Amino acid sequence: MLERDVVVVGAGPAGLAASIEAAKAGADVLLVDLNMKPGGQLFKQIHKFFGSSAHRSGTRGFEIGKMLLAEAEEAGVEIWLQSTVIGAFPGNLIAIEKGTDGGNKEVITMRAKKLIIATGASENVVRFKGWTTPGVMGAGAAQTMINVNHVKPGKKIVMVGSGNVGLIVSYQLMQAGCDVVALVEAAPKIGGYAVHAAKIRRAGVPIYTQHTVVEAVPGEDGTVCKVVIAKVDDHFQPIPGTEQEIEADTVTIGAGLKPATDMVKLEKCQLTFNGPFGGFIPLHNDRMETSRAGVYVAGDATGVEEANTALEEGRIAGISAVESLGLIGESEAEKKRIEIWGRLEALRMGPFGERRQIEKNNILAEYEEKIGTAVEME
Amino acid sequence: MSLINTGYLEPEELRELQKLPSEERYQKGPVAVIECVQEIPCNPCEAACRFGAIRIGDPITNLPQCSHEKCTGCGVCVSKCPGLAIFVVNKAYSETTATVSFPYEYMPVPEQDMAVTAVNRKGEPVCEAKVVKVLNPAAFDHTPVVTVEIPKEYADDVRSIRRLQEAD
Repeated sequence: MLERDVVVVGAGPAGLAASIEAAKAGADVLLVDLNMKPGGQLFKQIHKFFGSSAHRSGTRGFEIGKMLLAEAEEAGVEIWLQSTVIGAFPGNLIAIEKGTDGGNKEVITMRAKKLIIATGASENVVRFKGWTTPGVMGAGAAQTMINVNHVKPGKKIVMVGSGNVGLIVSYQLMQAGCDVVALVEAAPKIGGYAVHAAKIRRAGVPIYTQHTVVEAVPGEDGTVCKVVIAKVDDHFQPIPGTEQEIEADTVTIGAGLKPATDMVKLEKCQLTFNGPFGGFIPLHNDRMETSRAGVYVAGDATGVEEANTALEEGRIAGISAVESLGLIGESEAEKKRIEIWGRLEALRMGPFGERRQIEKNNILAEYEEKIGTAVEME
Repeated sequence: MSLINTGYLEPEELRELQKLPSEERYQKGPVAVIECVQEIPCNPCEAACRFGAIRIGDPITNLPQCSHEKCTGCGVCVSKCPGLAIFVVNKAYSETTATVSFPYEYMPVPEQDMAVTAVNRKGEPVCEAKVVKVLNPAAFDHTPVVTVEIPKEYADDVRSIRRLQEAD
């Protein structure tokens, strides 16, 4: 039977940071990711990140990804790519399917003394007439096409959603040489950072607030050739008679993300529903430990935020896991956690962050109330 | 705030939310104009300024404060701001013209002496402009800073240029 001190699921910023902290403390760390490359969404992020200059802000996301990978390698983290956790069993056992169809696929049973779940989030969809027409895709898919595969998804894009994903991907589509002919937002105001909106306004992108897509119309070749948008009322319902047609070959949907909870459900961690964080999320304490002893969470899987907060939460999970393995002392771990929570608090300030701080506090309080120190032991 | 409804700032709004250089300071030469008006956790501009002109402090959600007296208009902060929200304006460029420097992360990058169309915060064409400088050193990490010369009366409006088309 294979065994590792710490198994981390998901090699995005949270999983990488957790792995690095754990491996630096001397743990045998295995990092498992279903993708062909590690880094999660970081390698798609070609823009300079916000944050504190003491913590690599102003650095482009993919450069942060490179630094983290180098650090993980240096710390001796073992990484299994194209590998998916498909089962969880009593005795800290997990089943990992390694390899792909047509390749050397095998299922490996692994005992993970500590498990860190950093599975990220998935995109929400918006349904409208013609939403399955070729040319309609998630904003994340479009971002992968341009920034990872260097393929334009189309020439004329209609972006749905004005959160930071919609705004940033619109900008990056123009950097790739596409035209963004409209950005449509159902709410009365722009959801993301004003500076991101200002960038695409300067580039001449019209922003239609209180509008939605009602139809993606296929052309002769069956792919999108025009998009019908309309004004919406206060209940986000299209107002008849306000439709307008926009010539476009691509619709990209940036309508928010929801935490990927398959793995925490597999581990039977107790969940709670949290709207602002994107849906169901695992309850956790300030050590990032779930209702299950030895099972930790970090990053967007605990509530959708951004790469900086994911990184910091990952660090806490890694430190707490090696503390409970006895690899670092309690006082050292506590000192580091206090520092990191301080940085997280700074990242969760201001008009965009304070809501997330309140929700995070609620989750920690709910954990204390429902679980407290009575974590479920194996 | 119209910025979060529409994506652009009306000049009056900007004046309310950020301390802008005085006309007197503008007449002395290039100076940074910071159009960062939301309290987001971000502070690379503070570390970017080697003259200590930009202050954010603690907490990092504070809006940047620029000492226009200390600012030399060097433009390093323009390339370092992740939000691309800092510009350098020189209203003393010539008798009749001013320059505006802005970050420009599209391909192709304009070249010196090129004739371009200057646009305002809404992306609307304002006037014709001439590219007088393009700075793109490695330290700017692929955020070139482009400076265009424009008639002086448009110095508070022009914030970018119409994107150049790829020759394909």
